[in-house]
Amino acid sequence: MTITPEEVRVTAELARLALSDEEVARMTRELGAILGAMERLAAVDVEGVAPMTHAVALDCPEREDVVGPQLGAERALAGAPRRSGQFFEVPRVIAHDKEG
Amino acid sequence: MPGETHFLSATEIAHAVGGRALSAVEVAQAHLARIAREDGALGCWLRVDEAGALAQAEAVDRAVARGDHLPLAGVPVGLKDLFVTEGLETTAGSRILAGWIPPYDGTAVARLRRAGAVILGKLNMDEFAMGSSNENSAYGPVHNPWDPTRVPGGSSGGSAAAVAAGLCALSLGTDTGGSIRQPASLCGVVGIKPTYGRVSRHGVIAFASSLDQVGPLGRTALDCALALEALAGHDPLDATSIDAPVPRYTDACREPVEGLRVGVPESFFCAAGLDAQVGALVRAAIGKLESLGARVVPIELPNAEHSLATYYLIAPAECSSNLARYDGVRYGLRVPSGDLGQMYKATRAAGFGPEVKRRIMLGTYALRTGYYDAYYLRAQKVRALIKRDFDRAFEACDVIATPTSPVAAWQLGERTIEGCGDPLAMYLADIYTISCNLAGLPGLSVPCGFVDGKLPVGLQLLGPPLGEANVLRVAAGYQRATDWHTRHPASTVGGAA
Amino acid sequence: MSRYEPVIGLECHVQLQTRSKLFSAASASFGGEPNDHTDPYTLALPGTLPVLNRRAVEYALRMALATGCRVRRVSRFARKHYFYPDLPKGYQISQYDEPYAEGGAIGFLLDGQPRRVALTRIHLEEDAGKSTHVGGAPTSLVDLNRAGVPLIEVVSEPEIRSAKEAAEYLRALRQLVRWLDICDGNMEEGSLRCDANVSVRPVGATTLGTRTELKNMNSFRHVQQAIEYEVARQTALCERGERVVQETRLWDADRGSSHPMRSKEEAHDYRYLPEPDLPPLHIADEEVERARTSLPELPLARRARFVERLGLTDQDAALLTTERPIADYVEQVIAAGADGKRAANWVASEVLRELNRAERSIADCPIAPPALAGLCRLVDDGTISGKIAKDVFGKMWASGRGAKEIVEAEGLVQLTDEAAIEAACRAAVEANPQQVGKYRAGNDKLIGFFVGQVMKATRGKANPEMVNQMLRRLLS
Repeated sequence: MTITPEEVRVTAELARLALSDEEVARMTRELGAILGAMERLAAVDVEGVAPMTHAVALDCPEREDVVGPQLGAERALAGAPRRSGQFFEVPRVIAHDKEG
Repeated sequence: MPGETHFLSATEIAHAVGGRALSAVEVAQAHLARIAREDGALGCWLRVDEAGALAQAEAVDRAVARGDHLPLAGVPVGLKDLFVTEGLETTAGSRILAGWIPPYDGTAVARLRRAGAVILGKLNMDEFAMGSSNENSAYGPVHNPWDPTRVPGGSSGGSAAAVAAGLCALSLGTDTGGSIRQPASLCGVVGIKPTYGRVSRHGVIAFASSLDQVGPLGRTALDCALALEALAGHDPLDATSIDAPVPRYTDACREPVEGLRVGVPESFFCAAGLDAQVGALVRAAIGKLESLGARVVPIELPNAEHSLATYYLIAPAECSSNLARYDGVRYGLRVPSGDLGQMYKATRAAGFGPEVKRRIMLGTYALRTGYYDAYYLRAQKVRALIKRDFDRAFEACDVIATPTSPVAAWQLGERTIEGCGDPLAMYLADIYTISCNLAGLPGLSVPCGFVDGKLPVGLQLLGPPLGEANVLRVAAGYQRATDWHTRHPASTVGGAA
Repeated sequence: MSRYEPVIGLECHVQLQTRSKLFSAASASFGGEPNDHTDPYTLALPGTLPVLNRRAVEYALRMALATGCRVRRVSRFARKHYFYPDLPKGYQISQYDEPYAEGGAIGFLLDGQPRRVALTRIHLEEDAGKSTHVGGAPTSLVDLNRAGVPLIEVVSEPEIRSAKEAAEYLRALRQLVRWLDICDGNMEEGSLRCDANVSVRPVGATTLGTRTELKNMNSFRHVQQAIEYEVARQTALCERGERVVQETRLWDADRGSSHPMRSKEEAHDYRYLPEPDLPPLHIADEEVERARTSLPELPLARRARFVERLGLTDQDAALLTTERPIADYVEQVIAAGADGKRAANWVASEVLRELNRAERSIADCPIAPPALAGLCRLVDDGTISGKIAKDVFGKMWASGRGAKEIVEAEGLVQLTDEAAIEAACRAAVEANPQQVGKYRAGNDKLIGFFVGQVMKATRGKANPEMVNQMLRRLLS
């Protein structure tokens, strides 16, 4: 399977990575080579095999509903690139940016 | 004689400090001095925490004087910079986290501290643990102590090189596709990746969550056993942590190898790309185990050949997800922009290196609607087949022996995309280590000789789930019968090591 | 009658009122100073891992059983990816193709007729934080206190056929989650949120039309208005032969209209990934059974029982089962010895009115159920009249004293002595000869006047029945 530059652009948009035209061209080449090598999996007979999502089969453990130590705003914001009062500050959010 | 402590084993140091024959402070000072002297040419350390280390060492000496028993008393330890350390900058080898000071310690770090280890600082690594040569660090490469023109392996390159060069007695690494074992092999030290879930991942920056596992590197299997006893065990802060008792791995190391069944997958020795000398050394090591009373049995791992393709779908998919949090909002790098979307894209473009971007792209692509079934889902099914092979193989044997890496350390730049133009060349370094991660098994690399008499080679030993004790037992038995681990690289500044 | 019928499905997010968050120990309580309810996990600091909150699972299970869902014994968490400043990890941990609950229904009455709207599924997930935009400013502000608060998303089948029905469904859902004590149902604060998928199709058609998704409706009224508006809009489009565009629309309550969210030409792809940090969630049979047996009698069942057993009107029964503590209060009054219907009537009228006036909840009612039962009994055994009882109730409310104590201390015991009643009646008759004349001339209604006089003279204590009879005898 080959990947097109357009697919690379769409994927980069989803991954929020700015790529120059030169990078798109290089990425198209490199991802194409890697995906080409993955093609061999298509030949493996996986009929009736359940996908393995976890390395070890465990039950999901549950914790008690207890409030533990919190960082509080000051420590939470300590590493923020930009803050405003007790908030993280970001470039203006427009409704259409939200996918969820 | 502080200058003499740097090639003492962790076991020896803990014994000496615990018995007050040495002080933790003098051990720390000796190692700090050696780092200052030697590391300029190696680039192992991203950060040396001299004040913190000396404060911890003093606390250990006081505790020992009080009569506390500390299993790692005064053992100088280095941490791959993937381990979150409270108050000490943690970068994952990436520009995007430059300057980030975590407000908490991860479980492995906390357990090491509690056991009396003295943390000297943070070790260089491939960015976000993605790489097999340590050339993907945003902070420069690590040089192999055995030949500084060569790579130390990766991604825990700093962790392996620092132990090999006597800059710390033990280090912590992480292993997602071989990142502990492969650099251990290339640097001539022991490194163990435990069973998935054996050591908590809490406080370890995630690369591929279903594959990542924490483990120690040391110069002997016994040292790794000692460290693993402190690290292993259930952690309620990691939902994938296994709740099972921790065996006395150090006791297991003293048991004879005799009677154990060593499985050998012949196909691994026929793989294209296996260096002839490496193959011969590994076969010789297996012969040595046989001479120690182990029984060699042939096994088959027919789906292992699909490991690389399977891994390079699953790991990037999980990485693309785990690295979504680096968005310039709450911590780390932000490239300012008036537009939110541009801010995200510019920040991530500037913050991540080329290999990380490649994997994010690969993973994002594999998870897209329309591709998921063909790539990610199929890879997970093949993963189940690979695991099934191991389950069957371990019905016939106790450990499996293979090469760790198909080749010894290569020249810096030799296998990078920039250097050779092939994006797959670097990935091939992991062909022997990856299946173990996919199956969640314990795996270890132990030095078993030198290519051309100067570049270390590792024997890989794999065990069934929670089979660390036997893996360590075989490695320790092998080290008792060989002296590879007693050889050390020459000092980088000339003179005696 | 329109040739088009609406097809409506609702997706409701219900915040579970746990103490801590779904996957970490930070406080899940509403409000707080911005970013105070944060811990390393909430901020998605590197190296943090999710650990599931047991109570959230219990609450979610309660809802599944109350709505008759099939509970999956093994369900899975999945990561849903999108970039947004209030989504710290760049993904939300949710459930995707294997949610913990499927099927089931929510029942309610629509214009007096029972209705059931089937549910597609319910799944567990974590909430996002909040971004706020100060008008005109080039920046937005992010508060992560809400990030990670547990939610269940209740997804209905597209079986709803009117805006009114949607509002009733939502009311029933709110009543249920409050009844189960898993959510306070506060739509203004956002602990209950609702999105609607709306399409229209020609009456009789079986395929679905193009749907739009409505958001930003934070009251029952908004939900109803927004859907009405949307149905009318789509119907008008169809009648003009135009196409409905699939889009998300935001309700603007001030303008009473909705407008499409600006959609950029970019791919939306959540790239669901099975959550590697959380093993599959196993819910054991015993756990389900335990939850089932601890489930309270549900509102509709309680309502029917009140009608059947207590002889209440459906209206009163509905009123008394709006909230479980009220229904429980009624039952406690009955358990303390009061007649069922009388107890229910007291609660439906006096108690609820006074609570309303005082803006109090039943939990803060100054009259405990046994005290109200005591009052009911005094009426039943004729110790006091119904009229006196209302005064006594007022005094109980104000003072917290018991009914019997008040009646005794203030001499309010009903007058039933025949001689005394006859004396009082005679006095009333003799004092009002003019009215006696009119009464005897045929104005029957004047009996009320005489009763009033007697009651006034006896300070309301005379047994009204006896007074009535005595007066009729004396006046005849």
